[in-house]
Amino acid sequence: MLTKKQLFTRGMLDISPHMLSVVPFGIICGAIGVELGFDPLLVYAMSIIIFGGASQIVFLQLLSGGASGLIAATSVGVINSRHLLYGAVLSEYLEKLSLIKKLLISYIIVDQGFAESNKFFKKNKSEQYLHYHLIGTGCTMWVCWQISTLSGIILGSFVPEELGLKFAIPLTFIAIVIQDLKKIDHLIVMIVCGLSSLLFYDAPFRSYIIISPILALFVAALILRLKK
Amino acid sequence: MVALVSRDMLGDKIKAVLAYVPSAVFPAIIFPGIFINDYGQFIEMDDPKIFAAIVAVIVGYFSRNIIATILSGLISYWFLIFI
Repeated sequence: MLTKKQLFTRGMLDISPHMLSVVPFGIICGAIGVELGFDPLLVYAMSIIIFGGASQIVFLQLLSGGASGLIAATSVGVINSRHLLYGAVLSEYLEKLSLIKKLLISYIIVDQGFAESNKFFKKNKSEQYLHYHLIGTGCTMWVCWQISTLSGIILGSFVPEELGLKFAIPLTFIAIVIQDLKKIDHLIVMIVCGLSSLLFYDAPFRSYIIISPILALFVAALILRLKK
Repeated sequence: MVALVSRDMLGDKIKAVLAYVPSAVFPAIIFPGIFINDYGQFIEMDDPKIFAAIVAVIVGYFSRNIIATILSGLISYWFLIFI
């Protein structure tokens, strides 16, 4: 039985490799916000209020392009709707918590945190304070994100464009799913998602990011049917 | 965006499908991240990102190490654009 502290620390450890790609992404996010002409205070506030990398960039880009607040907010909602899926996956482990705790934990969930915690949960189902791992991953990412976007806002355009550091983000996610790549059923699901995300890329509100998983999960359900 | 964590006990069938969520969601971030450039267009087939991603996949497959995967991908990318 691990203590809350041990679980929290384990969460911090498990998420730490991901900081490698989050830091440049945060810096870029902050820098783009300021470059687009927004008040630095607003750009930083986004990191607290929205706390979601890609959606923050899209939000600011849309607003600066003249889109209405409603459209920008809708896009953010669409892009972040994948978190509903994460919530569904994690609900199995978090059922016993109070509503307030669930809401607080929900705020702190990010893609990488979800990925790492989910991996951990699958192997350690019997632990009593599992949510502390999630809090560990989430808080670490939160702090890391705040510092990175702040640095991006302050450092502005000092990061050279040519380095193409944004590329680290898809690399991170490759690192996360790579182990499942070996299983043919997961491979099929991944390909369906990947191809449809390219096909539907131009759909309004960046909805490709939720359409593709829905399609892919549909295929997953089909595969499960066939397996039986 | 605050995710709504459902309180209900989900059926076994749904849980089985949910096991595929990471594989179903992350490629939506990976593929556009590699194949679509900043202007929303599809990249050329000889773009270094494709080769760098392949390197990352190979390294990740055998090393099972996250940092190795990310770094190998980045380094091959830099190598290819700065040759």
